[in-house]
Amino acid sequence: MTLATVSENQQWAVADVPESDVAPAIVLERVTKRFRGDEARPAVLQDVSLTVAEGEFVSLLGASGCGKSTLLSLVAGLEKPTSGTVSTPGGRAALMFQEPALFPWLTAGQNIELALKLRGVARKDRRGQAEHLLERVHLAGQHGSRVHELSGGMRQRVALARALGQEARILLMDEPFAALDAITRDVLHDELTRVWEETGLSIVFVTHNVREAVRLGQRVELMSSRPGRFVRRWTVDIEGPRRIESAGVAALASEITDDLRREIRRHAAGASTEATA
Amino acid sequence: MSIGTFRSGGSGGGTAVDDVASLEAGLDALDTPTRTTVPLLARLRRSVLPPIVAVLFLLVVWIVLVALHVKPTYVLPPPSDVWATFLDYWQKGAVQEAVWNSLRRAFVGFSISVVVGTALGLLLAQSRFVRTAIGPLVSGLQSLPSVAWVPAAIIWFGLSDAAIYTVVLLGAVPSIANGLLAGVQQVPPLYLRVGRVLGARGWASIRYVVLPAAMPGYLAGLRQGWAFAWRSLMAAELITFSPELGTSLGQLLQIGRELSDMTLVMAAILMILVVGVGIELLVFAPVERRMLRSRGLTTGSSA
Repeated sequence: MTLATVSENQQWAVADVPESDVAPAIVLERVTKRFRGDEARPAVLQDVSLTVAEGEFVSLLGASGCGKSTLLSLVAGLEKPTSGTVSTPGGRAALMFQEPALFPWLTAGQNIELALKLRGVARKDRRGQAEHLLERVHLAGQHGSRVHELSGGMRQRVALARALGQEARILLMDEPFAALDAITRDVLHDELTRVWEETGLSIVFVTHNVREAVRLGQRVELMSSRPGRFVRRWTVDIEGPRRIESAGVAALASEITDDLRREIRRHAAGASTEATA
Repeated sequence: MSIGTFRSGGSGGGTAVDDVASLEAGLDALDTPTRTTVPLLARLRRSVLPPIVAVLFLLVVWIVLVALHVKPTYVLPPPSDVWATFLDYWQKGAVQEAVWNSLRRAFVGFSISVVVGTALGLLLAQSRFVRTAIGPLVSGLQSLPSVAWVPAAIIWFGLSDAAIYTVVLLGAVPSIANGLLAGVQQVPPLYLRVGRVLGARGWASIRYVVLPAAMPGYLAGLRQGWAFAWRSLMAAELITFSPELGTSLGQLLQIGRELSDMTLVMAAILMILVVGVGIELLVFAPVERRMLRSRGLTTGSSA
């Protein structure tokens, strides 16, 4: 595994990103985000730059309040940056949340069909495409199931199928497996890896679970909180298929955890240390 | 207990596609919430028996009070006399005509109320200005007994159907508008975000996300609106007394009062009650129950 350390105050030039030979899917340039009425505190995102290459799987890691979710909202176009630019040369982005957020008045299949409809798919093609998408997440035959009849893991897979139905080349995931039990989460890691390999989507995966970040990502970006910044980056370079309990995953995860803890301790020391840094 | 051999750097398997599929199939089978269905007979026993017992109990109390001569029979007639009066008016065709006229008015008045109330509710939900301007007024109208409008309606429209409909509308519209507004305001913000991510903006967001999500509140508003419409209609029919308007349930009450015929008054009250409860049970309750159940908001067979 290779490590790339970035000193805290250094700004990242876009050209520094290792995958610069591949076309970028997401480019954030010196993005700062403050929410209205929150000007007194450090910015949610402070002068953040990030490039995600086409087909790349990036894990965003950080303690709560580090602006991970805000960053996804910016990329998805749900929020506007206070300053800086956000562009997605990779096209529109699909977004998944911690909650499956399926509409309970629709069946599993109808939820997917709604995404297709809003994308402009003709009525006659929707049913077939929805069934095909359900098959891809191994939920064939669940088209008519009510949302509340499905388990948490199944709901999140329907949400994944719905996101795939948007035909976006970028998939943003905001702690999508955080509410699931460990066994289901483990299986969904396999599922997501498979879908990513099949589709070549660019994925930004937000999590506060270090092992999950290492298990899934090609690259792990550690963020600090308030102000939200990228602190350090790791390229995950583990041979062969990974599991959450693989030795390589564990080794890198424990190293990242040390850094993450250092970041969190910094907050206990208070803002004074930050000012003198 | 078996001891596995540990191979460092190995994949440990588990990435083959069919492996994930079978794993997921196993988990799905384990995790899927089970649905319990209660047999029809047991369901009937649970939902129909208690009200029947309650009605029989009230009937017994009534009979006992009459037997004890608590009041003279012209003030408190026995159930048999009320039934006899009911049959008498039934044979004259007055009951059928009264029920038909009142139901027709209630249906027309409620239908207009739904259209007006829904439009008003949408306007309140969409425009902060309108909400701030007339929101409190609409809520306030809900607590104003609609019978208070009867004199005004008669002065405006005379003893006519128009006066009756005015009272019905003023009774039902605020409930329906407020129900829709409450429903819209309770839509989880996450649904709106998902809608936007899926590409639903403007009218599409209202049509595919906001309105379906607001359905439970809207239906509750409709249900309450019906109750208010029926109540208002009775008040209006009772006071807006004119031979040209034909027999109605409210008029039967008024006739009973004028003839000092307590059996007719009680028969009319019971008919009003039965029709109101009947519509509630036959129309609103099943629709609401089905909607809540399909959304998993209620367990299998709550009654």
